[in-house]
Amino acid sequence: MMVIPCPFCGPRNETEYAYGGEAHVAYPENPEALTDEEWAQFLFYRNNPRGVFAERWQHSAGCRKWFNAVRNTHTYEITHVYRLDQARPDGTPQAPLDSLEV
Amino acid sequence: MTQPDNRLETGGCLDRSAPISFTIDGTALTGFAGDTLASALVANGRLRVGDSIYRRRPRGVLSAGVEEPNAFVRVNTEHNESMLPATTLELRDGLDVTVQDGIGTLDERPDPNEYDKMHIHADVAVIGSGPAGLAAARSAASGGARVVLFEQDFELGGSLLADPGASVEGQNALDYVASVRAELEAAPEVQVLTRTCVFGSYDNNFLVALEKRDDVASAEHGISRQRLWHVTAAQVVLAVGAFERQIVFSDNDVPGVMLASAVAAYVERWAALPGREVVLFTTNDSAYGTAHALIKAGAGVTVVDARPETTASDSAQETARRAGLTVHAGSAVVGVDGTDRVSGAYVAGLDDDGQLVGDAQLLACDLIAVSGGWTPNVALHSQRQGALAWDDVLAGFVPSARVKNQFVVGACNGTYATDDCLGEGARAGRSAAQDAGYPAAGSDEHVAESAEVRKTRQHNAVGEVRQVWAVPAPDGSLDTHFVDPQRDQTAADVLRATGAGMRSVEHVKRYTSISTGLDQGKVGGVNTIGLLTQVLSGQEARVIPSGQPGQDNPPEVDVAKTESGQPAVRPTPGTIGTTTFRAPFTPVAFTALAGRGRGDLFDAARTSPAHPWHVEHGARFEDVGQWKRPWFYPQEGEDMDAAVARECKAAREGVAFMDATTLGKIEIRGADAPEFLNRVYTNPFLKLPIGKGRYGVMCTISGMVFDDGVTLRLADNRFFMTTTTGGAAKVLDWLEEWSQTEWPELDVTMTSVTEQWSTVAVVGPRSRDVIAKLAPDLDVSKEGFGFMEFRETTLASGIGARICRITFSGELAYEINVPRWYGLKIWEDVAAAGAEFDITPYGTETMHVLRAEKAFPIVGQETDGTVTPHDLGMDWVVSKKKEFIGKRSFSRSANVEPGRKQLVSLLPVDHTLRLPEGTQVIELDARGGYTGEGLPTAPIAMLGFVTSSYHSQALGRSFALALVKDGLTRVGQRLLASFGGQFAEVEVHEPVLYDKEGARRDG
Repeated sequence: MMVIPCPFCGPRNETEYAYGGEAHVAYPENPEALTDEEWAQFLFYRNNPRGVFAERWQHSAGCRKWFNAVRNTHTYEITHVYRLDQARPDGTPQAPLDSLEV
Repeated sequence: MTQPDNRLETGGCLDRSAPISFTIDGTALTGFAGDTLASALVANGRLRVGDSIYRRRPRGVLSAGVEEPNAFVRVNTEHNESMLPATTLELRDGLDVTVQDGIGTLDERPDPNEYDKMHIHADVAVIGSGPAGLAAARSAASGGARVVLFEQDFELGGSLLADPGASVEGQNALDYVASVRAELEAAPEVQVLTRTCVFGSYDNNFLVALEKRDDVASAEHGISRQRLWHVTAAQVVLAVGAFERQIVFSDNDVPGVMLASAVAAYVERWAALPGREVVLFTTNDSAYGTAHALIKAGAGVTVVDARPETTASDSAQETARRAGLTVHAGSAVVGVDGTDRVSGAYVAGLDDDGQLVGDAQLLACDLIAVSGGWTPNVALHSQRQGALAWDDVLAGFVPSARVKNQFVVGACNGTYATDDCLGEGARAGRSAAQDAGYPAAGSDEHVAESAEVRKTRQHNAVGEVRQVWAVPAPDGSLDTHFVDPQRDQTAADVLRATGAGMRSVEHVKRYTSISTGLDQGKVGGVNTIGLLTQVLSGQEARVIPSGQPGQDNPPEVDVAKTESGQPAVRPTPGTIGTTTFRAPFTPVAFTALAGRGRGDLFDAARTSPAHPWHVEHGARFEDVGQWKRPWFYPQEGEDMDAAVARECKAAREGVAFMDATTLGKIEIRGADAPEFLNRVYTNPFLKLPIGKGRYGVMCTISGMVFDDGVTLRLADNRFFMTTTTGGAAKVLDWLEEWSQTEWPELDVTMTSVTEQWSTVAVVGPRSRDVIAKLAPDLDVSKEGFGFMEFRETTLASGIGARICRITFSGELAYEINVPRWYGLKIWEDVAAAGAEFDITPYGTETMHVLRAEKAFPIVGQETDGTVTPHDLGMDWVVSKKKEFIGKRSFSRSANVEPGRKQLVSLLPVDHTLRLPEGTQVIELDARGGYTGEGLPTAPIAMLGFVTSSYHSQALGRSFALALVKDGLTRVGQRLLASFGGQFAEVEVHEPVLYDKEGARRDG
C-alpha cells in the first residue's frame, strides 16, 4: 500500500486516491487541425517507463483535488507531488516533498 | 494421570499443572498447556499421520513449525476447518481433531465465528521474536518509538525455546526471553502480538498479519476468532529465522524421519521424545546440538555425517566423539527399513563426488533425524523484491541488499550464532528507531558493519556445510526420494521435468507441482533447485532462463562443458535462482480476509426513503449498483411476466408511478456553468432557458457515449443535472476532472445532491389528473406546462416540490422532486391521490420495457464504450457547430466509414420468442450446415448482438434492441439469431416500435 502525500491534505493511503495516467499531456490546441493519426496519438498513446514518471492523481476519497506526482514505477517511491498550476519539479534543485507550499 | 509414553519427566515450556484433554480420531489423549497438537502426539508416541495424497504412503510428523508438509488435521467444531498443520495448532481443552487423510474438504456450513480487522501505524515493526527479534524490539523501544513485535507462535523466543540451556547475555535463555518480554510489555508504546503471523509485505512497509485468537484459552464468547492486522510501519525489522532442510534419500518420507531441529524442539521445548534410538544424518554442524539434547534425554544416538572425517579437537565431530557418540563421517543414510515407521537406517560411505562407497549397513533405530542445512526465511524480504544471492558457504539464498526502510537480521540474514543474532538485532532495532526519528539508547556504540565483515562472521560461525541434494540409492532409483512430500513429488519427478525440456525453476515447479502445497516450498524449494544444479550440470548456462530471484546476474558460473566433458565450474543454486515468493506466507482463510464484510455487510446497500413502502407492498428488488430498486410488484398469484404486463398496461393506459430517487443528481453552479455544460454535452446548453430542461449526452474524448440525462436550468448560473443511476459517481468524477485539469479558468463548481432529493415519476395518460390533485396551485394544462419544463410549487401537503415534465416511457409523465426528508410522504401522497385512477406502482423491469418500446437507450446496456450517439441513431443530439468533449473523434475515419454497428429493433418471427440478451445476430444463410451441436467447421461472422429483449404488452409480442452492423440499411431484412445452440429468424426494424410519431407525450 503506497502512502501518497496529497499536496492539500498530507499523507493518506493509496486507497483514497484514483489514478489519472501520465501528466503533462496537453490537450491539442486545435483538434480539428490534426490528422486522424495525430489525434489517435493524443487519445491512446502514453509513455510507460520503468522508472521516474510524472502522473496525475485525484484524492478522490478526500479533498477530490487533482494533482501531479513524480513516482518511480519500479520502486513505487513518490519523490514529488505538486499542484496542477506548478511546473514539474524536474532537474536540480528539485523541490523535496516537505518543502512544497500549499 | 498416567504420563504419556514419550513425555520426559522434567523440562520443557509446559504447564504441567494444567493437563489438557483432546480427542484425535475419536481417541482421547492428554497433553499440557504449552503443547502444540504435534508435540502432544509425539509425547503420546504417535508420529504417524495421514497417508500422502497421491501415492497413499504412510507419513509422519516431519517438522515442528509452519513448514510442516505431512501432519494436517481437521478441527471439528460447529464449522470444521481442514488442512491445519498439527505443528502449529495450539493444544486446548476439548480440541477434537480428525487426522487429514488425503485432501481436505471444505465445510459447507456457514462459519458462525466473527472475524475482524485492525489498522495500525508503527514506527518500527519487528517480525519474529527469536534472539534477533527480541534484541531488535528491545533496542528499538528504548527511545520511546512505537514498536510492534509480531510472533506467529504462542510463545516468544523462537530458536531459544528449543535451546533452553543456552546462556544469553548472562542469563538462562528462557529467563532472558521472560525478562525482555516483561520489559516490552511494560513499555507504553510497545505492542507484543503473539499467535500473529505477518503473511504479506507490500509497498511502503504495509504489512498484513493474521492473529489467531481462538487459541486463547480464556477467549470470551463474542470476541473475534481471528483478526487481520493492517500495519503501516516506518521501519521494518525482519527477524523471521530460517528453515532446516530435509535430505533427499530413498524412502525419506517414512514416519520417523524428522528434521533434526524439530527433534530438538520436541525434546527441549516440549519434553517429548520422538525416538529412543536415533540415527542423526547431517551435512553440517547445527544438528550436533540435537544429538547432545537426545543423549541428555536418555536416547541413543548414532551420527551419520556426510562430510569427511575431521579430528580437529574443536570440531563438532570430535566433540561428539568425546561425548561418547559414534560418528560415521563421509557417510550417508541411503535407505530406510520400515514402511509405517522407521525401524532402521541403511548407511553407506559417500565419496567426494557424491557416489556411494561400499555396501550399506543397517543400523537399527526408531527415528532418523536429518539436517540438510538451512534456508533463510526470505519470503517477506523477497515479496518486496528484496535482492537475494546464493551464499555457497552458508549453502543458502540470503538477502544481498536492503529493502528501503527494512532491516534483515538473524538467521533470515544467514546469521546463525545466537550472539551474532543478538548483536545484529540490537543494531538494527537501534537504527530503525533512529531512522523513524527516535533517539535510541546506546546509539554511540552503533557501528555499521561492512558486508565483508558480516560474511566472514557468518561463515566462521556456520563452519562447513556439505551440499547434498540427493543421496544415491544402492539400486540407482530416485522414485522414493521425496523432494516435496505434500505434493508426493520426488527427485524422479524433477528429472521428468528436465527431461521434458524444463530449465527454469518456475517451469519445473509448474510441471511437477513442487512448492505448490500449503508449505509453498518451505520444505522442498531449495532441494529442488539443488537437484537442478546436478541435473543441468554440463549444460550451457544460457539454457537456464534468467530473471529469477537470487539468480547470479550475469551468470558467474559457466556450466558449459569443458573438453573433458566436465562442467568448467560446478553450478550452484545461484545459477538457477529461486521461484518467486508471494503472499500469503502461511495459509489464510477467506473468512479472515473478509472480516466483517460478509452477508449484509458485504457491501453498502442504498435504499430510497420510500423503501419501506416498497417492501410492504411486496416489491421484488433488483441491485443497481449499490441501490436496491423495486424490480416489479407481483400481486397474489402473479409471476414476473404477469406483473410486468399489468404494470405496463397501467402506464400506457391509465397511470402508474415509479421511484426514481436513485437517479444521479448533481448541482452545478458558477458564472461559467452554461459554458461548462456546453463543452461537456454533445448538444448545446448555452441558451437553455431558465425553467426548462434538456436531454443531453456526454461522450468520452474518443467520442463514445459515456452518460446521458436531463439537466434543468434553475437560474442563470445554476443547473440541476441528472445522470444514470449507476453512472452518478463517475459523472461527478468526470466533471471535476475537466473543470480542474483542463478548464481551471471556468468559474464552476459541482456537488452531488443525489441523497438530497427524492423523486417520484408519475406516468400515463391520467398522470395529469394525479398531479393536479397533488399540486392545486399548478397550471398542469398542456399549454400551461409544456414538455421539458419544470415548475417550483407548493403541494397540497405544504411540501415544496420541483415538478418536471420528463418522460422515459413516451407517455405523458411528471417527475416530482422533493427534499429527501419527504420522500416517503410524497410517495404515499401520490399513491393516495392516484387511488381513484387505480394508480399502479411499477419497477425497473416495466421501466425497461416501456423505454425499449420507445428505443430510449440505457447507457451500459445499449452502449459498451464503443458506441457513438450516431450509432444509437441520435445524430440530432450532436452539435455540428460548437466544440465539445469527443467532437474531433466523430470525424475519424473509423467513425464515418460504413460497417459500424447501429441500434435497431429486432422482431422474432416467432412472436413468443424472447431472445436472450447477448444473442448473436448473423446473416440468414451464414449458418451453412451447422446445426448448433459442438463447434462449426469455420467461424461464422457475427453482424451484431442483442442488447435488450422483452415481451411488449403494448405490441402483444416479443421484441429486442440490437446493435447490428450497418443496421439501419438492413431495415426490412431477415437475419438469424443464434443463442445457446439454437437459431431463430428475426426481422430488422427501425429502433422505435411504439408511438413513432410521439403523439402520446403530451397526453
